[in-house]
Amino acid sequence: MSLPKVSSNPHIRSAATTQIIMLTVILALMPAFGYGIYNFGIRALFVCIVCVATAVLSEVVFALITKKKIRVDDLSACVTGLLLALNLPVSIPLWQAALGSVFAIIVVKELFGGLGKNFMNPALGARCFLLISFPVAMTNFDTDCFTGATPLALLKAGEAVNVKNMILGSIPGTIGETSMIAILIGAIIMLLCGVIDLKIPASYILTFVVFLILFGGRGFDPAFIAAHLAGGGLMLGAFFMATDYVTRPTSAKGQIIFGIFLGILTGIFRIFGPSAEGVSYAIIFGNCLVPLIDKFTVPVPFGINPSEFRKGGKK
Amino acid sequence: MAKFTFKGGIHPYDGKDLSKDKPIIDAVPGDEMVFPLSQHIGAPAKPLVKKGDPVLRGQMIAEAGGFVSAPVYSSVSGLVKNIEKRRVATGDMVESIIIENDGLFNEVEYDVADDWEKLSRDEIIAKIAKAGIVGMGGAGFPTSVKLQPKEPDKIDYIIANCAECEPYLTSDYRRIIEEGEKVVEGLRIMLSLFPDAHGIIGVEDNKPECIGHLTKLTKKDNIISVKELKTKYPQGAERQLIFATTGRKVNSKMLPADVGCIVNNVDTICAVYNAVVLGKPLMERIVTISGDAVKTPGNMRVPCGMTYTELIDQKGGFKTKPAKIICGGPMMGFAMFTTDVPVTKTSTALLAFTEDQVAESETTPCINCSRCVEACPAGLMPGKLSDMVEAHDNERFVANGGMECCECGCCSYACPAKQPLTQNIKSMRKMELAKRKK
Repeated sequence: MSLPKVSSNPHIRSAATTQIIMLTVILALMPAFGYGIYNFGIRALFVCIVCVATAVLSEVVFALITKKKIRVDDLSACVTGLLLALNLPVSIPLWQAALGSVFAIIVVKELFGGLGKNFMNPALGARCFLLISFPVAMTNFDTDCFTGATPLALLKAGEAVNVKNMILGSIPGTIGETSMIAILIGAIIMLLCGVIDLKIPASYILTFVVFLILFGGRGFDPAFIAAHLAGGGLMLGAFFMATDYVTRPTSAKGQIIFGIFLGILTGIFRIFGPSAEGVSYAIIFGNCLVPLIDKFTVPVPFGINPSEFRKGGKK
Repeated sequence: MAKFTFKGGIHPYDGKDLSKDKPIIDAVPGDEMVFPLSQHIGAPAKPLVKKGDPVLRGQMIAEAGGFVSAPVYSSVSGLVKNIEKRRVATGDMVESIIIENDGLFNEVEYDVADDWEKLSRDEIIAKIAKAGIVGMGGAGFPTSVKLQPKEPDKIDYIIANCAECEPYLTSDYRRIIEEGEKVVEGLRIMLSLFPDAHGIIGVEDNKPECIGHLTKLTKKDNIISVKELKTKYPQGAERQLIFATTGRKVNSKMLPADVGCIVNNVDTICAVYNAVVLGKPLMERIVTISGDAVKTPGNMRVPCGMTYTELIDQKGGFKTKPAKIICGGPMMGFAMFTTDVPVTKTSTALLAFTEDQVAESETTPCINCSRCVEACPAGLMPGKLSDMVEAHDNERFVANGGMECCECGCCSYACPAKQPLTQNIKSMRKMELAKRKK
């Protein structure tokens, strides 16, 4: 007769799993993904398929080569592939999209130890890699439906933009970033499911708005602020990239500091930098500071005197 | 009424419906009773009987082995069969007195107090100490020691822990519904020891019947108040209960008495009533028998010394073969590989499940989701602490507050990667505590 198993407490577990969390993120990306296909046509779907398939395949191959357990069923590679695709222009050559996925999974994620160990958001790391390697293809937003510069670039040049179109999403841009509404629907799904909370997105966006008011050169101009919020990758970045568990600070305080830092960096890049965009670089910069932020924001345990705890040294 | 709570915590499925409406029934002791000499924190009790001695129900068979210790009483009459090492629920082998039950239940005469209010403070404490009362919520700290803090004048609150936050457990619930007067009277007895103290009864808001009943019973008392607590595990943990009811904070280096509080569990308070008013020692307790593998879940009044096997047999046995058997609650109880161990003063429940959630969940890499941080009632970062344990970094573990962990299990419960967080932290704490004892 087999005896009942013995283990240390607790003896029950919540239903949450990494797979369910990743699945929720994928579902939450569906509105933006769907709108991308609607906005840019069927090629957007092909770019996404290539990115996701390459990401998953890269993870399998890496696991086989390094004789690790294949863990694609946690769906994290799918999320990375999908996020990368949503951050690419629809006209990108498919081989470049695939290369981006390989870079995201192999270089940014697996070489640093795989899921949970990477210090930088894989999709954003890959996007920046592609931006530097193929600047022309990566910034060519001309399609059958749209020609010319993105609204943010127009804004930077001091020209007028149609804010309503920017909020709805019928503007040039990367596949998944154009529709503020579609992204916010996804964000609400994640918030309601408890996958993310508002600490990072809210502190990020609020800081950015304050930065715009102070240094944007337009003072408090609602249309200008709305255009900046709806334009570029801010919404996608704030809700889907900056909130990436692995590459954000752990404590509540750290997350707010992180959000504020991203807001300031994005402001600097967008207002003073040569490019109209700044979210991707801001977030990967922020990612690099996470260990430092974590070090200085260890929460004080319940019932402990804060000054004594700090003196005790959190080595 | 304002609801009181604490930071952190989790909301597991509570499973209390299985047994909460089942009135307490008496368990019938079998032929052999086992009384471990160590059913409490502190020095083991010293046997007063030897092999072949006749004993009566209610007779002291082992005396306290020191100040922090408690005597043990026989719950049956019969003959001492032997004194030997027997396995207990934690898995350890503990020196125990084995008594052959003669089935007659011949009792000693109890020293009934007609009016406990005429007893002096020292007399009451002596009665509690003599009755072998220990914290019956699971910790097993001798109650008489708890009631003699260094500065008795500084005690402001005696808190009755009626939170019963562990899933599936309903023994306290039944006790309050069926014997609420005893709980309130027991609390009054303890309050009489501290002239300035107020009584607080903390109950989670998922037990409105208890709140109503206790409020009615304490209507005339102006020093006892019933506080409705938010239902959240671990609301009944001592530090969380003190914070929720008084706003005072206790850390691992402090005792509740340091912030003017003394916390006692429902069963303990009842035992105090029995000891002081009826003169009866602690020799039985309420045990919840529940879980989806049990045929007829319910609550039993169990003479200490019976085995869990007898309890489960008297409840109709197992419905299906259990994959996991737990002594106590699913969050902090002990998993057992056998039910042939005795019920002791600190046994709150016997749970049997057809599914072992721990064995069935595969550990995957931590994704830093910080669900453990949000769940930790001690305000720690369990995931990081667990990493430090795996790196054998005792120094950083302590510097990051690892010793503040109360081992409530919230982090492991909440973890989507099913990492053994509580388990890791617990093992490191054990090592550190052992080092400090040296």
